[in-house]
Amino acid sequence: MNPNDTNAAAYPIGQHPSLPPPTTERGVLKWLKTNLFNTWYNSIATIIGLYFLYLIIPPTFDWVWGSATWEASSNKDCRAGEGGACWGFIKARFVLFMYGFYEAEALWRPNLAGILLVFLGVPVLVPKIPGTKLFAIFLIFLYPWIALSLLVGPIKIALFSDTTFLILWGILIVALLFYGVRGMQTNDLVKRGFGFGSAYAAVVLLFLNWGLGLPEVETTKFGGLLLTLVLALTSIVVSLPLGILLALGRRAESLPVVMYFCIGVIELFRAVPLITVLFMAINMIPLFLPQGYSFDNVVMALIGLIIFFGAYLAEVVRGGLQAIPKGQVEAAASIGLNYYKSMRLIVLPQALKIVIPGIVNTFIAMTKDTSLVMIIGLFDILMITKSSITDAEWLGLEWEGYAFVGLLFWILCFSMSRYSQWLERRLDTDRRD
Amino acid sequence: MINRLVGLWYDQNFRRLFLQVLAVLAFAYFGYFIFDNTSTNLERLNIQPGFQFMNEIAGFKPTTDGMNFTGFDVNKSTHKDVFIVGIFNTLLLAIVGIILATILGFVMGILRLSSNLIISFISSAYVEGMRNIPLLLWILIWYFGVILAGPNVRQSINLFDTIFVNKRYLAVPQPIYSDAIIYVCVGLFIALIATIFLKKWAKKRLEREGKDTPVFLASAFMFIFIPYTFLIISGNSITWEFPVLKGFNYINGIQLPANYVAMLMALVFYTGAYIAEVVRAGILSVTSGQIDAARSVGLREAQINRFVIIPQALRVIIPPLTSQYLNLTKNSSLAIAIGYTDLVNVFTGISLMQTGNALEIIMLTMAFYASVSILISIFMNWFNKHVAIVER
Repeated sequence: MNPNDTNAAAYPIGQHPSLPPPTTERGVLKWLKTNLFNTWYNSIATIIGLYFLYLIIPPTFDWVWGSATWEASSNKDCRAGEGGACWGFIKARFVLFMYGFYEAEALWRPNLAGILLVFLGVPVLVPKIPGTKLFAIFLIFLYPWIALSLLVGPIKIALFSDTTFLILWGILIVALLFYGVRGMQTNDLVKRGFGFGSAYAAVVLLFLNWGLGLPEVETTKFGGLLLTLVLALTSIVVSLPLGILLALGRRAESLPVVMYFCIGVIELFRAVPLITVLFMAINMIPLFLPQGYSFDNVVMALIGLIIFFGAYLAEVVRGGLQAIPKGQVEAAASIGLNYYKSMRLIVLPQALKIVIPGIVNTFIAMTKDTSLVMIIGLFDILMITKSSITDAEWLGLEWEGYAFVGLLFWILCFSMSRYSQWLERRLDTDRRD
Repeated sequence: MINRLVGLWYDQNFRRLFLQVLAVLAFAYFGYFIFDNTSTNLERLNIQPGFQFMNEIAGFKPTTDGMNFTGFDVNKSTHKDVFIVGIFNTLLLAIVGIILATILGFVMGILRLSSNLIISFISSAYVEGMRNIPLLLWILIWYFGVILAGPNVRQSINLFDTIFVNKRYLAVPQPIYSDAIIYVCVGLFIALIATIFLKKWAKKRLEREGKDTPVFLASAFMFIFIPYTFLIISGNSITWEFPVLKGFNYINGIQLPANYVAMLMALVFYTGAYIAEVVRAGILSVTSGQIDAARSVGLREAQINRFVIIPQALRVIIPPLTSQYLNLTKNSSLAIAIGYTDLVNVFTGISLMQTGNALEIIMLTMAFYASVSILISIFMNWFNKHVAIVER
């Protein structure tokens, strides 16, 4: 007899308030019953699964936290400990892991570049913060050159040391700007684009020549997470436009030469492993250049990464382009848009929105695959780890190093994929619910 | 005059032609520029262009003694043989990897859909952990962290006296060539033909009488039974050479080196996670209406799986599965990081260093991977057509 039921007679018939469900049909018990023990085989699976987790999680937690050594000056301090992880190793090598061999007194430069990136990037990525467009313009048109000058220093162009040439260059910039302004007055897109575009390029060259007046840091000193991020961000930023161009080129049936060239590039680079492309970049680009000219290894690795992932992105973007009905292009043509405008205003915004998951997946692959540059001898974070754990002072600490690097990559890639899922939902304008 | 020129510029056909001629010219000039520089550079570096280097004696050992299947001889074999050894080792890794990764991926993909929260949590943790960490790091973890931390040769882990695992290699038995192998092959062939006929007959029977035949079970039985009968009738038996510990090493059998095992584990677990996602997406793509409909016509759970879910899911699964197989094959080239003797390591690495014929070697390597890609694509396209939906 339910205790609540004692005054059942106090209610008229049919007016009795609902009783709470039986204990097995509510709360934790109900949840357990439906989710873990609904059939006999599910119960067995649950028990095996729990035992498996019991085997893995407590020892891992103990290794990571419980019996870990947090302060150490060499692996001897850790051997004396309780047998847990030796995080003192990561602490002692932290600067190396983060910046590689970057000059110790110049570490503020990558730090500043990073802070600037976060400062400009967060408003672009989080739509709630106002001024997205302004920050995006800064991020795309100014930040790359500022970051380049911060990280590498000035990139000297021989001709700029000549004063006469410098004056001519200045006149050129003014002329181009004037041309652009004329184009703006007459609403001539080609004139405007050419004028301002070339003026921008000329000013950038001029800026890079002096940089920010900072001394040069050779790219061979780049390493660790810094190199990984530089490689990943640069190849992401450059290969997306390349991929879009290749995808558009592949569909340009009225220009067979361009179409077959794009098909050739895309299919070739998708058929071979990245490592052979990197080998090609490192071994063949020097052969292709005239004697006395050379790129440094970071630039050659970047060229390889960009072309390789450009081909992958091209296929992703092509998938989006194919999903746009022909009527969209025809409608754009009927209101008088030319090819460039119809692509920029009608087709690409829709196509790119569809393939956001694919694009972000490629970005994640790119971030992970920058680690391959260790095979061609660059000191990215994986190579730094690999060489740190063979250091006599820290011998036998593979798991600490790998766990740290793995966690870094995991955070980077996982947050990217979560962001893309959120973006997908936000841009889903077709949603009817 | 100028007006005519401007008019020409706004003529679509002329503009297209003009742009293309420009592209061809630019491309030709670029090609000439590269060709010219390359030939000057090669002359300067004193490298003979062409494929003559393939016939030179290599003078290094591109594989371990324990798995020298092509009979490589350091004193006689040339760079051509290095190329062949490299291809063989790459394929050995890729094929075994594809088989194991498929099994693991299907199991994990199905487990992730389980209604049991613990099981689906384990599967999701596996997938998210694998996919967000670079393969190269997994390779290093498996090699330096797991395999090299294994037991010494004399303390090998002994699995039924046939397989021995230690930190240096995985020793497995090797079949010895004899007449028995021919009998087994003939038996397998007969079983294959019988299976094809059985399948056709079963299909006819299903259409005519509506009766189901257990084709899979029957053919599995035939594949085991027929070769075995042949062996017994002919009085032969397959002899296996078992690994034996002698002194400080195992002799006989095949010794798969530690870096092969590490590569295999890393590739299988990494690709398995991607395949699990592919499988999950495939199964989820079968709408619940299909399952409701199947229940309403009275199919049992096993029949729903077999006739409704699997055929429809396979259609969605196969194209991305193909690209995962291709990825696994291409990713096997990371073996160079831990020194497994695959094609990129021995040919693009060591042979290139020795001869300096970068162009030819990289072209050959790329040609190999490209042809493997094409072959797998052709096969999977054929298979895809086989399972594709038949529309009116």
